[in-house]
Amino acid sequence: MAMNTVMCLLTDAEGTPLGSAMYIPHNAGHLQLINLVNTFLNNEEKLSYSFYVSDEELLVSVGTYMERNSVSVENVLKIVYRQQAVFRIRPVYRCSQTISDVHEGEILCVSFSPDGKQLASGSGDKTVRLWDLNTETPMFTCKGHKEHVLAVAWSPDAKCLVSGDRDGKVCCWDPSKGELLGNALSGHKKWICGIAWEPAHLSYPSRRFVTCGKDGDARIWDFTLKRTLIVLSGHTRAVTCVKWGGDGTIYTGSQDSTIRMWEITQQGQGILKHILRDHAGWVNSLSLSTEYVLRTGAFDHTRQVTCSDEEMKKIALERYIKAKGKVDSPERLVSGSDDFTIILWEPSVSLQPKQKMVTTARVTGHQQLVNHVYFSPNGQWIASASFDKSVKLWDGVTGKFITAFRGHANCVYQISWSPDSRMLLSCSKDSTLKVWDIGTKKLKHDLPGHKDEVWAVDWSPDGEKVASGGLDKDLKLWKG
Amino acid sequence: MAQGDYIELHQKRHGRRLDYEERKRKKEARQVHKRSKQAQNSIGIKGKMIAKKNYAEKAQMKKTLKMHEESSSRRKADEDVQEGAVPAYLLDRENTTRAKVLSNTIKQKRKEKAGKWEVPLPKVRPVAEDEMFRVIRSGKRKTKQWKRMVTKATFVGPGFTRKPPKYERFIRPSGLRFTKAHVTHPELRCTFCLEIIGIKKNPNGPMYTSLGVMTRGTIIEVNVSELGLVTPAGKVVWGKYAQVTNNPENDGCINAVLLV
Repeated sequence: MAMNTVMCLLTDAEGTPLGSAMYIPHNAGHLQLINLVNTFLNNEEKLSYSFYVSDEELLVSVGTYMERNSVSVENVLKIVYRQQAVFRIRPVYRCSQTISDVHEGEILCVSFSPDGKQLASGSGDKTVRLWDLNTETPMFTCKGHKEHVLAVAWSPDAKCLVSGDRDGKVCCWDPSKGELLGNALSGHKKWICGIAWEPAHLSYPSRRFVTCGKDGDARIWDFTLKRTLIVLSGHTRAVTCVKWGGDGTIYTGSQDSTIRMWEITQQGQGILKHILRDHAGWVNSLSLSTEYVLRTGAFDHTRQVTCSDEEMKKIALERYIKAKGKVDSPERLVSGSDDFTIILWEPSVSLQPKQKMVTTARVTGHQQLVNHVYFSPNGQWIASASFDKSVKLWDGVTGKFITAFRGHANCVYQISWSPDSRMLLSCSKDSTLKVWDIGTKKLKHDLPGHKDEVWAVDWSPDGEKVASGGLDKDLKLWKG
Repeated sequence: MAQGDYIELHQKRHGRRLDYEERKRKKEARQVHKRSKQAQNSIGIKGKMIAKKNYAEKAQMKKTLKMHEESSSRRKADEDVQEGAVPAYLLDRENTTRAKVLSNTIKQKRKEKAGKWEVPLPKVRPVAEDEMFRVIRSGKRKTKQWKRMVTKATFVGPGFTRKPPKYERFIRPSGLRFTKAHVTHPELRCTFCLEIIGIKKNPNGPMYTSLGVMTRGTIIEVNVSELGLVTPAGKVVWGKYAQVTNNPENDGCINAVLLV
């Protein structure tokens, strides 16, 4: 007579066990395990979980898993549960609109506003254009730059839009009217590589943002005063990316292969906290585990009606804490570099890398430079896009390699996650976009249609639409 | 006193005429008209010379005027910035431009047609037939001279069987047969002893390629499975080309450099 119970231990992603080891019937499947976890956690509403045994997803009942993998019944089976998003986003598969001949230059960056109502795109024709998502037509054309617009960023309260250009000038816009506020702010001596806003839970309404440029400086600006507050200089070469962390630390990654952590003191000075030195090549991209939440502030996938400033700040803080995991767990930082490696850091804990996602086994690391790394919105996965035509998925907590998505025929430029962390979108030099399913680890949809390289892609925070643009000057909107 | 000195002396003593300045000014004003009348009315070689001189002056004047104009006014920024807009992450990278990429593929196709590839030793000293083969006399009276013996290193495959000795024209002595080559990786600078899979091309001629003769400059295919190379698609590479860099018949071993 076969044993009809299995000894299992349920743990969460970071290893803390849920209760003690217990006997679970043989035929316990997905649903039963979900019920179990929900009762243990005393959840009021039933949340959905996915279960993993030694990094493989548990799709069948516990008993069949044991049989298949011939795990001894005497050992305690460790099952890791991960919360899945309650909502499900429809996968995008069709192009709802191709807007050609509006932008006269190549589209260099696209960004949805955090509340998902507006879309901004920056282009080589020196304009920033705001689009109406209901009718999918252009709404405003913002002229003010004298050079290609390289970066656009929305503030987390969705009220301010900032763009940086190839000259080093920064322009502040009022997105509701499409007007330039003040003049183009100068300060950077060379082009601007990235912009990041101060998180909503630290300051609401949003006032400060930081820009980084080729000249090696990062500058903190005040949106209302329209001037530079602090200059963070120290990098010896171009600063390629900047992120403002939830605890107030500013991370800058640079071509001199270091990452610097800065802090703003009470007196309003910017001081260097640490330097993370482990890369051997240009640092191309940084990502924080709470990045998605910091970008969207108090908005989530349901388009909420705005409340007062204080309430929004509180909501943003709650979302931030939930995204971090537990209250005291540190923010994780991942950096992708030209030396083909990705390194996972826990900067507040230690200066040494937590995990180097490196070519230890030749097959798992990237064979070419890593252009873009991005944490999933729930912080559980890291996706990396590389010039070796693959997108790789890594565990967001431990940094272990999970799978590689192959399908692109040329360099993969940028990636974007769906808000429920179930799908990943990548755009590439081969003019296609591809939607990958995280659950099945396969290609879900192929989105061809662009005539030339696709340089920028973004998934709106409410999950309804995807915008993409590139060398062929067309802005395409895709829908589910 | 010299002639002009008297004039000067008088000017010193009595000064100039009272209307001297006036007359001077008016005379100079008339020069313009006089010059133009001269230029219009002169004929022949003189006219041509004057015209040439005037033209040169005019051109020079135009240039100086333009130069002055440039510095005084502030122009609007050039409208022509639209070319080559690239996103921030591609800005510092030298991407081959479109035109270059296309012509690269054309060049590649041409090279393939011509059969020329980039190899470490592009040119090798040609080996003459009498150096490569030694005549073997056969027959009862040793008068027949149709057999040849190869004097250079050769590679025969693992399944090689000789033709019946009566009919074989080319003899490849077993002492000169090699199965392994010492292959150096050009970047890693380390040498491996790898098995030869086959001869791809001998620069001295297709006959030598088919015979399996390995001289300096021959392209051979070696078994690199022990190096553990993987293609970006995840497949394992087990054969790669290498070029022979020494004269194996003199050294007794084959040294080659891997073509990456």
